[in-house]
Amino acid sequence: MRVALFIACYNDALFPDTGKAVTTVLERLGHTVEFPMAQTCCGQMHYNTGYRREAESLVGAFNDAFRGYDAIVTPSGSCGGHVRHHHGTETAPNVHEFSEFLVDVLGVTDVGAYYPHRVTYHPTCHSLRMLRVGDKPLQLLRAVEGIDLVELPEAESCCGFGGTFAMKNSETSIAMLQDKMANVGKTEADTLCASDNSCLMHIGGGFGRIKSGVRTLHLAEILAATR
Amino acid sequence: MSGEKVNVVWLGSPTFPNAAHEALQDAQLRRNLKHATTTIRDKRLRAVAELDDWETLRLAGSQIKDRVMRHLDEYLLRLEASVTAAGGVVHWAEDAAAATRIVADLVRAQGTDEVVKVKSMATQEIGLNEALAADGITATETDLAELIVQLDDDRPSHILVPAIHRNRTEIRDIFRREMGKNGVPAPDGLTDEPRVLAEAARRHLREKFLRAKVAVSGANFACADTGTVGVVESEGNGRMCVTLPETLITVMGIEKVLPSFTDLEVFLQLLPRSSTAERMNPYTSLWTGVTPGDGPQEFHLILLDNGRSATLADREGRSALHCIRCSACLNVCPVYERTGGRSYGSVYPGPIGAVLTPQLVGVGSSEHADSLPFASTLCGACFDACPVRIDIPEMLVHLRAKVVDAHRQDRLPKPEALAMKGARVVFGSPRRLALAEKLGALGGRVAGIRGGRWLPGPARKWTAARDVPVPARESFRAWWRKAGRP
Repeated sequence: MRVALFIACYNDALFPDTGKAVTTVLERLGHTVEFPMAQTCCGQMHYNTGYRREAESLVGAFNDAFRGYDAIVTPSGSCGGHVRHHHGTETAPNVHEFSEFLVDVLGVTDVGAYYPHRVTYHPTCHSLRMLRVGDKPLQLLRAVEGIDLVELPEAESCCGFGGTFAMKNSETSIAMLQDKMANVGKTEADTLCASDNSCLMHIGGGFGRIKSGVRTLHLAEILAATR
Repeated sequence: MSGEKVNVVWLGSPTFPNAAHEALQDAQLRRNLKHATTTIRDKRLRAVAELDDWETLRLAGSQIKDRVMRHLDEYLLRLEASVTAAGGVVHWAEDAAAATRIVADLVRAQGTDEVVKVKSMATQEIGLNEALAADGITATETDLAELIVQLDDDRPSHILVPAIHRNRTEIRDIFRREMGKNGVPAPDGLTDEPRVLAEAARRHLREKFLRAKVAVSGANFACADTGTVGVVESEGNGRMCVTLPETLITVMGIEKVLPSFTDLEVFLQLLPRSSTAERMNPYTSLWTGVTPGDGPQEFHLILLDNGRSATLADREGRSALHCIRCSACLNVCPVYERTGGRSYGSVYPGPIGAVLTPQLVGVGSSEHADSLPFASTLCGACFDACPVRIDIPEMLVHLRAKVVDAHRQDRLPKPEALAMKGARVVFGSPRRLALAEKLGALGGRVAGIRGGRWLPGPARKWTAARDVPVPARESFRAWWRKAGRP
C-alpha cells in the first residue's frame, strides 16, 4: 500500500511535530510514508470563509500532488473533511483522517504507545460531524499504556475556533473557549488531546494565556510516545 | 421597542459581532440561555431516541419539502382552489406592506379595533402588530411567552420560546408592572411560581378572548388537496383564537403548503419531538374553510411571498424554505447559546435565521444581513438536529461566498480579502510556501522573544484572550527534505 501524508498547511508551518508523530506511528506499524513535496493547501480556509474561487483553484494541484497513492492520511479532521466533501476529485475518496486510517483501514487500535498522564479528549466538530469518526480516537487512546483517560464534560460542544470565526466573532469565540477550558479544568487532566491542531491552537492559546499548565497535544503525538 | 420598523429584520440592526458584544456582557442572560438550551437539548435527544425510524422520517420530511419547492406554483393554486371551495377567501401578498394592508382592511371591515393573535412567525416577520397599531388597531398576543415579550415592549429571542432570555422573577416583575396598563391587572401578591404566573396570564387574556371579533393566526401547514390549514401549540390559546371569534385571518408563508393531508403523518411526528421534545403537542387545530354554525364564519388565508420567490430561485439556498420552525437548531447551537437570539437582529434567529434572513432581505442589502452567515463556527450541530435535514453549514458557506463575491469589485478591498488573495498566491506553489514558512519562522522567533502574546492590527482579536502559536524553527517539509526522506 502506497501511503501519502497530507499534513495540512498549518501543521507544516506551526506543528511539524504532529507530522513527525504520524510518520513515527505508521512506520512503527510497518508502513512506508511518503510526503509529496508538491502539496500546499487544500483550500478549506478559503472555502469556508467565502473565497470559493480561490479555494477551487487549489483543488487541481492537490489532486496532482496525491494522484497514485492508495491512501492519503491526514492529521487534520477538518481539512480531511473538506477534501472528501468538496473536492470531488479522484483522490478525494482516498483521504483518511489519521484515526480513521488506523482503525478502519489498518484495523489497529493498539499502536504500542506509552503515555503515563491524565488525558481528556475533545472530539473536534469536523471529525465528529463531517467525517463521523465516532469513538475511533478514543479506542486508540484507551489502548495506550499508562494513560488515565477521563471523560470531558460537554465534550461534543464546539470549542469556538471555527477558522476565521475566531477573528470575525472573536468575543463569541472566546466565550465558547472559556466554557471549554472550564470543562477541561473539571477533569483535572494534565493533557487535552484532539485530532485537529487548529482547535488545539485556539484552546491551547487560551490555556497559555492563563498559564494553566494544561498541555494540548495532537492524538498522533500521544500515539507516537513510547517508553 | 415596539413601533420600530420590522420587515424580517429590525431595520438599523447592528452587525452580529457588535450585537453579540452587548449580549455577552449580560451574565444573567448567559445563565438563562445556558439553562434553557441545555435542558431542551437533552429532552429532545430522549424524545427522538424513542423512534427507531427517526432518520427515515427526516428523509421523508426532506423529500416532501423538496417536492413542494419544485412545484410550488402548482400546489399553491391547488390550495387556493381547495380553500375557496370550502368557503374560505384566499389573498395573495407580494410583500409585508401588501399583507399588513390586507389584514388591516379586513379587521376594519368587521367594525372593530382589536384582534387576538396566535403566535405566528409570519406575522412577526411582516411587523403586523406595529402596522396595525399605526392604523389604530390593537393586537394582543395570546401565547404566554409572546405576551411577556409584548407587555415588556421587548423583542422575541427564540422562535418557539420568545422569552427564553427571561427568568421567572423577571417575568413576575413584568406582569406586575404592565398587565394593569393593558387590561386585567396581575393579582396582588403575585409570586414567581410558574403556576401562579400562568394563572395571571389566563385571567388577563380570558376577557380579550371573549370580546374579540377577529383573530389572526399563522399556519404550520396547509394541505393543497383538502384546503385544510393547521396550527400546533401547547397552551390552548391557539384553539381559542381559531374557534371563538367570528372572523379568522391566517397569514402563511407560501412555503408552508404541503401536497396532501396525509403528509401530516410525517410532520406531526417530526415537529413536536424536535421543538418541545414532546411525543405530541397538546393542541393541534385543523380547519377546512368555514362550517356553518361552528367556529368562525369568515376565513381569510393570506399567502405571503416577502422574499420567498427570490430564495426559491437560488438552487443552493432554497432549502432554507424547508424549515418547519421547530427551533431545534437554535437549542443546539453553541453560538446562539452564548449570544441569544436578539443578536441576530431578525425575527428568525439562530442558525436557520443566519441562512434565511440574508436570503429574504437580500445578500448585500445591509452590513447586518451580510454579517449573519459568518455567525457560525460550522460545527454542524444544527444539521444533525434539523428534522428536515437542512444542511445549514453548507448553506452558510454558500451565502458567505455570495457576500464575498458581492464585494469583489470594491474600490478599497478589505484587509481580509487581500490576505486571502495573498495566501492563495503563497499556496500556488510549494516553493513559495517553503519560502513563506522560512520567513514566518524568522518572524515568529522575533515575536517569540517578545512573548508572542500580543499582536497589533486585526490579529489583536486573536490575542485578546489567546497566545499566538510561534511558527516552528523548521517546517515539516524542511525537516523532511533535510532528512532525505521519500
